[in-house]
Amino acid sequence: MTETRSMLLNVGPSHPATHGVIRLIMELDGEKIKGVEVEIGYLHRAFEKMCETVMYTQCFPYTDRLNYVSPLINNVGFALSVEKLLGIDIPLRAKYIRVIMSEISRVTDHLTCIGATAMELGAMSVFLYMMQAREYLYELIEDVTGARLTVSYVRIGGVKADLTQGFADKAFGKIEQVRQVLIEVDDLLTRNRIFFDRMKDVGRISPEEAISYGITGPFLRSTGIAYDVRKASPYLIYDRLDFDVPTGTTGDNLDRYFVRMAEMEQSLRMVEQCLQQIPDGPIAGDLTGCIIPAAQMVDRGKMGQTQEFIEDEVTTDPTLQGSTRKYYGAINAMRKDVVLPAKEDTYGNIEGLMNHFKLVMYGHGLCPPAGEAYFPVEGANGELGFYIVSDGRDKPWRVRVRPPCFAIMAALPKCLIGGMMADLVPTFGSVNMIAGELDR
Amino acid sequence: MTPAQKVQEQFAPEILEAHVFRGDEMITIRASALRAVAQFLKETPELDFNFLMDLTAVDYLFYAGGRIAKEWRFEVVYHFFSLKYNHRMRIKVALDEKNPEVDSLCDLWACANWYEREVWDMFGIRFKGHPNCKRILMYEAFQGHPLRKDYPVNKRQPLIGPQI
Repeated sequence: MTETRSMLLNVGPSHPATHGVIRLIMELDGEKIKGVEVEIGYLHRAFEKMCETVMYTQCFPYTDRLNYVSPLINNVGFALSVEKLLGIDIPLRAKYIRVIMSEISRVTDHLTCIGATAMELGAMSVFLYMMQAREYLYELIEDVTGARLTVSYVRIGGVKADLTQGFADKAFGKIEQVRQVLIEVDDLLTRNRIFFDRMKDVGRISPEEAISYGITGPFLRSTGIAYDVRKASPYLIYDRLDFDVPTGTTGDNLDRYFVRMAEMEQSLRMVEQCLQQIPDGPIAGDLTGCIIPAAQMVDRGKMGQTQEFIEDEVTTDPTLQGSTRKYYGAINAMRKDVVLPAKEDTYGNIEGLMNHFKLVMYGHGLCPPAGEAYFPVEGANGELGFYIVSDGRDKPWRVRVRPPCFAIMAALPKCLIGGMMADLVPTFGSVNMIAGELDR
Repeated sequence: MTPAQKVQEQFAPEILEAHVFRGDEMITIRASALRAVAQFLKETPELDFNFLMDLTAVDYLFYAGGRIAKEWRFEVVYHFFSLKYNHRMRIKVALDEKNPEVDSLCDLWACANWYEREVWDMFGIRFKGHPNCKRILMYEAFQGHPLRKDYPVNKRQPLIGPQI
């Protein structure tokens, strides 16, 4: 009689194709997985503690780093929670801009997820095509926000800046390019024997288990449950858009791939609809003053020559951000206790300067009433919710983020146990673990 | 009748606070009633809260610089969601400083397992009946619970090499 014993295998910290740092302790019987223990926390940066030490607006850079593949959705989620706490509404154009940016981010997130999964299964060229498509979209994001990854673009009560000139035309072009890539990738992967066999019936989870684990997003939809926050409780202007919620049937890796592919098309459709519906932005006609350098404006302000400022426009300058008044009203809520004044007002008149100071100084700032609010948005991985407790002062008392992939990672053993060791890689890829939001 | 009113009717003696803020219904209950309330929410057909969306805690030590008095120090916050009726509800459990302990919900919702481990890790709140209540984000040798308000923000605990 030979004695059989199971083997313990340590995976990580950090291999599973390095989506993020994680450690799996696996109990193996030959190549079959008998038990898995998931160890997380290697990227813990004390997001929630740090948010308690800064003012509300200063939390945005931290939220960028939660899900670093789609940072704009985190920005939007945080801003909406604080706005719910404050009880304010934002202008329609700002809502459209937020939706456009969120949907572009969702596509970049799905592109990364599918590209990386395909690469781990040997389809290197798919990965490169998808990264190229992501690059097209990052160019759009860069145009508007000035950054690619750590954007900090959304503000409480609005967004940082308006869309750039000619954004719509450029976006339509890029969307077409992304569509071409998606068609090509679909050709390469969907009927690919290797890809198909490695994904089909691997990493299955039943709808009941998914609900019990609190799983949302594409992962839940792949089991056939059409829950999407954008449909269930539409925020911003999602109720004005026409889109479908793609679902799968079996809840395996292949279904998750199909759901993500279909969702990208829906997101691109949403961006197109938004660009067609978006109300007009800055009206170029009513600001016909001469354009002066910002520094000159400051000098004139010091001399008290402020009468004609209302007509003036300022050019961009390395030290001042340049003219913001022409689009200020269209993208910001008209609340002086929440939104910073237009740059011209800050530099040009005493009321604007005081307003600016009141909002940026410690101990003054933006003070929501004491209370708490939870606002869910549809993140790329599922329901992303911010739960914010305010004590009526300028810093949040508690910021809690519900990271969608936390619930999915808790269910990872369910997907893996009973399968083969080699199935770890595609399953882990389709989970789309983002260590930034998992460990916070 | 809203879900919160139903819970209030059913568990009137266990309720410490109940109010609505910005459209969110919330109820604060005694720790002893949590399991009964959770079961009621999950199993009553006209409520059908099948999701435990989020579970976290808040430390109210020196809340608002001591200007707003709180009778208890910790609140464990549960966000429930019903897929069928698309409604949400927030249940909060009040816990005092001396013995912060509450029943685990691991057997009702599988996701409670990790969430409760995180709350233990960050706040030092124990969960009775949890199968594996150990730290999740911090390392085992970590001293203290970092999200408590009396844990200094700038305190450093470097982890140097394996502890032998």
